[in-house]
Amino acid sequence: MTLDTKDPVYLTDTLIAEDIDAYLLKHQHKTMLRFITCGSVDDGKSTLIGRLLYDSKMIFEDQLASLENDSKNVGTQAGEIDFALLVDGLAAEREQGITIDVAYRFFATDKRKFIVADTPGHEQYTRNMVTGASTADLAVILIDARQGVLTQTKRHSYLVNQLGIRNVVLAINKMDLVDYSAERFYEIVGEYSHFAKQIGMESFLPIPISGLKGDNIVTKSENMAWFQGPTLLGHLEQAPISDARMQDHPFRMAVQWVNRPNLDFRGFAGQIGAGVVRPGDAIRVLPSGKTTRVKSIVTYDGNLDQAIAGQSVTLTFEDEIDCSRGDVIVKSDEPCEVADQFEAMLVWMSEEEMLPGRPYILKIGTQSVTATVTEPKYEVNVNTLEHLASKTLGLNAIGAVNISTDRAIPFEAYDKNPDLGGFILIDRMTNATVAAGMIKFALRRSQNIHWQAVDVDRDAHAALKNQKAAVVWFTGLSGSGKSTIANIVEKKLHALGKHTFLLDGDNVRHGLNRDLGFTDADRVENIRRVGEVSRLMTDAGLIVLTAFISPFRSERRMVRELLTDGEFVEVYVDTPLEVAEQRDVKGLYKKARAGELKNFTGIDSPYEAPETAELTVNTVELSAEEAAEKVVDYILKSSR
Amino acid sequence: MTIQPATEPELSTATLTHLQRLEAESIHIMREVVANADNPVMLYSVGKDSACMLHLAKKAFYPASPPFPLMHVDTTWKFRAMYELRDRAAEDAGMKLIVHHNPEAVEKGINPFDHGSLHTDMWKTDGLKQALTKYNFDVAFGGARRDEEKSRAKERIFSFRSANHRWDPKNQRPELWRQYNTRKAKGESIRVFPLSNWTELDIWQYIHLEGIEIVPLYFSEPRPVVERDGLLIMVDDDRFRLNEGETPQMRSVRFRTLGCYPLTGAVESEAKTLPEVIQEMLLTTTSERQGRAIDHDSAASMEKKKQEGYF
Repeated sequence: MTLDTKDPVYLTDTLIAEDIDAYLLKHQHKTMLRFITCGSVDDGKSTLIGRLLYDSKMIFEDQLASLENDSKNVGTQAGEIDFALLVDGLAAEREQGITIDVAYRFFATDKRKFIVADTPGHEQYTRNMVTGASTADLAVILIDARQGVLTQTKRHSYLVNQLGIRNVVLAINKMDLVDYSAERFYEIVGEYSHFAKQIGMESFLPIPISGLKGDNIVTKSENMAWFQGPTLLGHLEQAPISDARMQDHPFRMAVQWVNRPNLDFRGFAGQIGAGVVRPGDAIRVLPSGKTTRVKSIVTYDGNLDQAIAGQSVTLTFEDEIDCSRGDVIVKSDEPCEVADQFEAMLVWMSEEEMLPGRPYILKIGTQSVTATVTEPKYEVNVNTLEHLASKTLGLNAIGAVNISTDRAIPFEAYDKNPDLGGFILIDRMTNATVAAGMIKFALRRSQNIHWQAVDVDRDAHAALKNQKAAVVWFTGLSGSGKSTIANIVEKKLHALGKHTFLLDGDNVRHGLNRDLGFTDADRVENIRRVGEVSRLMTDAGLIVLTAFISPFRSERRMVRELLTDGEFVEVYVDTPLEVAEQRDVKGLYKKARAGELKNFTGIDSPYEAPETAELTVNTVELSAEEAAEKVVDYILKSSR
Repeated sequence: MTIQPATEPELSTATLTHLQRLEAESIHIMREVVANADNPVMLYSVGKDSACMLHLAKKAFYPASPPFPLMHVDTTWKFRAMYELRDRAAEDAGMKLIVHHNPEAVEKGINPFDHGSLHTDMWKTDGLKQALTKYNFDVAFGGARRDEEKSRAKERIFSFRSANHRWDPKNQRPELWRQYNTRKAKGESIRVFPLSNWTELDIWQYIHLEGIEIVPLYFSEPRPVVERDGLLIMVDDDRFRLNEGETPQMRSVRFRTLGCYPLTGAVESEAKTLPEVIQEMLLTTTSERQGRAIDHDSAASMEKKKQEGYF
C-alpha cells in the first residue's frame, strides 16, 4: 500500500519564493488548533496523519529516504512505503508493529498551525487517549467504511465526549474500498448518530474520506460529488478553538507564582483559564474571598489594556491582600464555587488499582491537596455504557466516585471550565500520576457540614488534665510486642497521673471495625477509622496509645496529617520476621504458612517499615519493660 | 442532537495567534518549574532554540530576572562566535552563567578529530551528568522540540531521569491538560522541554517577530571551509587538522544547526537576512538535523543516546 502522492502541497505558497516578507506577515496571524485522531487498529490513522504531514510538506527528503529504508526492513507494506513508520516513534513499539503511546505531530497550512495527538487504537491504552484528548480542541474519529461502527469507535467516542471535546469529526475512511458509496456513508452516519445520542454527544460532522487516495482530505473528492460538506482540512482550518470559547466565561486565573523582585513590586503570575481581564476590574481571591481591583497587567512587552483566556500574564492589585500559589483570582461578582467534597469521573491510569480511603495528592488548578476517594458509585463499561457495581478501579477503568479533600478548593464543573474542573491524582509513595479526574459537582453536604464551634476547645481539655495530648502509634509485625509494650507504657503513664487510652486490634476489630476484613482496602479503612477516633480523643486531651500492625506507610502518614504537628509519635517496634515467627504467641504465623490465613503481614502481604519514626525500639536487644521505659521517657520529654 | 452543519464560525479578533499560544504555554511551563523545583537550571547551548528559550524565560519572570542560572556544557570545540554571544546573552539577561568542562575530557584531550563518538559521549553526555550532579540541580530546562526527531515526538514535556540520569520511555507520566506532576523521588531529576510543541518554522518566525539576537553563523557569509565526507566543515581556528591536499576555500555558507565546529556541516547559501533564511528553510527539502554528524547512525540512535543520558 502506498500513498498516492500526485499533488502534495499546501505550503509551497508562491509567496515564499516571491515575497518572503509578505509571507511572514501573513503567517504571523495564523491560529493554532490542537486535535486528536482516534480509531481502531487498521482504520488507517497513521496513513491519514502521514498524508497530512506529506501534503503540508512536513516530510523532508532525507526523512523520506530513511522512511523508505525502514519500510524495507520493518515495514508491514511488503517493501512499499509504510507511512505508519513515520508516525510510530519508539524502537520497541516499531518492532511490535503497534503505537503504544501518545505522539505529537505538527503541520501547518496558510491559515493554521496544527498539533496532532496521535493515540493508539488498542483497547488497553485508554490512558493514552485520555491524555491526548485532554489538550485537544477537536477530535477526528476514524471509521473504516467497510467495518462501520465498532466497539472501539464507541469507546473512543465516549472518552472524547467525557473529556468535553465539542468538535467531533467522524472521518469515514477507506471510501475507495466501498466504491465511494453514498449509501454506505449514510448507513454508518445513521448508526453513529444513534450511538452519539446515547452518550449525550451534542453534534458531530461526518466526512467521507480516503486517506490513502486523498479524497476529501485537501481537495474535494471527484469520486464523491454527492457529498456537499467541507474537506477534512478545510474543516480543521476553521473549527473553533477552545481558548476562544473560554473567553465568554467569567474571568478565572489560577496563581502559579508570586513575582517579588523587590519591595516595590508584587505581581501574581498565571495563565488565564477563562474570561477577559482589564485594569480596574473588581476581582476576588479564592478560597479566602478577599476582594480588590486589578491595578495593572504586566508583561515583558509592556502593560496591557486587556488580557484573554490562554494568555500568560502577571497581575498587580490595588490593595495588598494575601494571595499565593494555588489561589484562584476570579471576577468579583461571578466567583466560582469553593468546596471540599465532590462527585467526579475518574479514569484510572495505574497498574496499581485504586484504594478507597487511601490519601492521594490531588492537583487541580495550581494547587495540590490531599484527597481520599470513596468506593466507586459505579464503573462504566465503555463498550456497552452499562453502569457496573465495583469496589475499585483498575488500569484504564472509568467510574464515578466521591472525593473529599483536606481543605476547601476553588473549582468549576469540568464541562463548564476544564481548567478548574480537571485534576490528576498522584500516588504519594511512588509519585506516579495514577488517575485523571473530572469534577461533576460539589456534594451538597460539603456546603452544609460546618464545624460546630465549641467553647471548651481541645487546649482547654488538655490543660485541665495537666498534659499535652498525643497519639503514640506503635507499628510493627504481628507478634513484635506492640500490645505488650503499649500496655506497660499505659500502666506507667497512669501511675504518673496521665490520662490515657489504649486502642488495639481487640477493642476495635470487635466493635467499630467489625465489618472490615484483611484485604489491602480494608486495612486502609481500618487505619483511617482508628486515626479519626484517635483524633477525637486528642481533642478530648487524652494521650492515646495504639497498637496496630498498620503495615502501609501512606496510612500512617495519613493519621499523622490528621493531627497537629508534634502530636503524632510513631514508635517502630522493630522485630525481625524470624523472631516474630518464632515467638508466634497466637499461632497465627503457623496458620499463615499453612495457607489457612490469607493476607498475613510478613507472609503474603507486605510490611513497610517506617523511614522516619520518632522512636524505634528493638525487641531483640531490649526487654518489653526496657522498651516501655524508653517510650515513656520520650513522651514525658516531648510533653514538657 | 444535530449533525453539525459546516459552519464558518466567526474568528473573534481576540483569538490568540499560534505564536502567542505557544509562548503562553512555554511561559506557563517555566513558571510551574520555578514554583516547584528546589534548584532549577537552564541548559544553554547558544543555538537558535536556546536563544528562544532564554527570551521566553525573560518574559515569564518579568520584571524579575529569570530565577535560575544558565549552564553551558561546553566541549571547548564550539564556534568562536558562539562563545562571544553566550557570555553577552547571560549578562544581558542578568543571569549567572555556569560553564562546565568534563575534567576527564580536558585531561585526556578528547577532540573530534581523534575520538569519534567518544567526543560527544564524554564532553556532552558525561559532562551534563557530572554538572547536574555537581551543582545538585533537580530540574534542567532543555530546548529540544518534538518535531526534531521521532523519539522526541513521544517524550513528555516533563521528562524524568533516574538517579543515574537514564530515561525510561516505557514509564512516562501522562500529561493531562496543563497539569504537570513535578513530584520526584530522592536523586531523580527532571528535564523540562518548554519548546516541545514548537516547530523549526515557529522558532524562526518568533525570532523574526521578537527581534531575538542569534549567532551570526546562521546567516550566510564567505567563510573558510573544507569538504569532508560530504559535509562542508568550517575551519574556525588553528586547531583544525587539515588532511593532505586540503586547503580551506572561501565559500558563501551558513549553518542551519550549531554544534562543535569540526562536526557541523555548513550549507551553501546566499541567505544574509532572517527572512531570507526562513525563505530558504521553507524551500529546502532536507531536515535540520542532517547537518549533524551524530545522527547518521541507526534510526534508533537518538533514543538509545537519550536512555543513556544524552539530552
